[in-house]
Amino acid sequence: MKLHEYQSKTIFSKYGIPIPKGRVAATAQEAKQIADELGGRVVIKAQVLVGGRGKAGGVKLAKDSTEAEQLAAQILGMDIKGLPVRKVLVDEASAIDQEIYFSITNDRAAKKPVMIASAAGGVEIEEVAAKTPEKIVKVHIDPLLGLREYQARDVAVAIDLPRDYWKEFVKIAMSLWQVYSATDAILAEINPLVITKDKKLIALDGKMMIDDNALFRQPDLAEMRDTDEDAPSEIEARRFGLSFIKLEGNIGCMVNGAGLAMTSMDVIKLFGGEPANFLDVGGGAGAEKVAAAMRIILTDPNVKAVLFNIFGGITRCDEVARGILTAMDEVKPKVPMIVRLVGTNAEEGRRLLENANMITAETLADAAKKSVAAAKKGK
Amino acid sequence: MSILVDKNTRLIVQGITGNEGLFHTTQMVAYGTNVVGGVTPGKGGEWVLDGKLPVFDSVKMAKDATDANATIIFVPARFAPDAMYEAADAGIPLIICITEGVAVQDMMRVRNYLDQKKVRLVGPNCPGLLTPGEAKVGIIPGDIAISGNVGVVSRSGTLTYEVLYAMKNLGMGASTCVGIGGDPVNGTNFTDVLQMFEHDPRTEKVIMIGEIGGNEEEKAAEYISLKMTKPVASFIAGLTAPPGKRMGHAGAIIEGGAGTAADKIKALEAAGVKVAKHPEEIPTLLM
Repeated sequence: MKLHEYQSKTIFSKYGIPIPKGRVAATAQEAKQIADELGGRVVIKAQVLVGGRGKAGGVKLAKDSTEAEQLAAQILGMDIKGLPVRKVLVDEASAIDQEIYFSITNDRAAKKPVMIASAAGGVEIEEVAAKTPEKIVKVHIDPLLGLREYQARDVAVAIDLPRDYWKEFVKIAMSLWQVYSATDAILAEINPLVITKDKKLIALDGKMMIDDNALFRQPDLAEMRDTDEDAPSEIEARRFGLSFIKLEGNIGCMVNGAGLAMTSMDVIKLFGGEPANFLDVGGGAGAEKVAAAMRIILTDPNVKAVLFNIFGGITRCDEVARGILTAMDEVKPKVPMIVRLVGTNAEEGRRLLENANMITAETLADAAKKSVAAAKKGK
Repeated sequence: MSILVDKNTRLIVQGITGNEGLFHTTQMVAYGTNVVGGVTPGKGGEWVLDGKLPVFDSVKMAKDATDANATIIFVPARFAPDAMYEAADAGIPLIICITEGVAVQDMMRVRNYLDQKKVRLVGPNCPGLLTPGEAKVGIIPGDIAISGNVGVVSRSGTLTYEVLYAMKNLGMGASTCVGIGGDPVNGTNFTDVLQMFEHDPRTEKVIMIGEIGGNEEEKAAEYISLKMTKPVASFIAGLTAPPGKRMGHAGAIIEGGAGTAADKIKALEAAGVKVAKHPEEIPTLLM
């Protein structure tokens, strides 16, 4: 789960990381009022869950509150990479001397958290990483021990931070580690961490991603989820614990297991079709979940055929078959359905579906070919 | 011979009285796996499977009473890290964790702790292990695979079943099938298992099933080209997955363009691995 900049910075501040004075606004009038409170010179920043806001014109400097109002109105009407801007952050403008990149994230290969820093921070950091990787400093953190102060000091030295700032930098690093640990973050990033003209370190921008698997112990964070960027069908799927992603094709897919679901999409494409979605009903899916999955797939008007590929293991095919029957009763689908059941209780499942007017398939390749043919006919 | 589990495996089940735990314990026992008991805190002294299997309050008690040498974990995600620590502290050398959805920071701590204790972990979020005819330690349906000389290792669950089933339909058997799981931080990885298969006298060929995300397949390709003498065939899922979208598995996310199926296929082919276009084609590449 991604957090907005303003949400991330509020969390940073709670853990003692200095951030600019500012507040979030949903209207231009609010933005003007905040700018007045902050003394006029402010930065207006679009709050959307996508990178490259600045380059898209979503971050602007205003010299006074009147201009802040104008710019906020302009930005609040924008679409950035398909996402409508509904909120702007109005921050006091800072006079910047240097921009530093600083983050803590997971290094899956090392099985450890890693602290990453660079003296060349700012919007071009990805380019810096690609072209001059030697300018990026990485220090792994023992997850059982946590970040040690000497490690943060080592990083300060490695990015040539002037000695006067070491103490403050170490404090920010320890706080960022606290943020990362306490929120079950998979990314806690400050970019840029700036040295201001009046010799202070401030987290000018922040980005956080939280581990969805840890939200059960992060109820406050779970409530911060912004579903603006998700398709309604994806929100509905999440409610039922389904993993669903809408795609552009016309063959709906319902599969158990993420790997097999991706593979089913690959095989549909291999035989000349286009999947309408990725859908993993998960392990041990019962009838209710299957029925919900089917409703979600069939609300997509592009869908011309539906492929069910269920390989029973922890999931029982008879349960899935019952779910399909329940959903068919409810939704009365008009598109052809291709079903393949193998594994745990498959025979029972096939028996249940005998009179359901579905196309059956033996192998995955066979099922994919039949789905592609059915979708073409349905056009 | 086979790897990790066989006739000598003495297995306990953590979470044996839960829905999943009990269902799959029944299946494992029916398959012939030597299950010696189970653990559910608060239910010690009870018996399951018509009085055949004793339930203990802790892994330590179960180990002392049964001399178990492996454990399988079926407890819910929020309790799974504790179950893994408990098994390691009780001195169980092999832990198989089926549980899906364990938080990644927990897994980093678990993995680093287990490494220090020299305990082998398979999973989490995996279907477990199957040595056909000897032991089924996990949830892989027993009847979809026959015994043979092909080692199978996979990051996926049901996709693995697909491949075992296709093998069986062609009369091809497995020495051991290892589901390593799809999480970004897990225990045993591809290279660990390839190494075991390379040294296992019964394994003559290997099938490796990967998917998008991470770089374990690339590392495996490096091991194969440098050290492996046995032929390897592969399939990588996710060729059509849109970049940046999370496809269910926490592990199956394409991070900043790295870890794509195309990159993995390229690395494997360069290492001399035959890569199939769809899963049912894999066994034919080894015939």
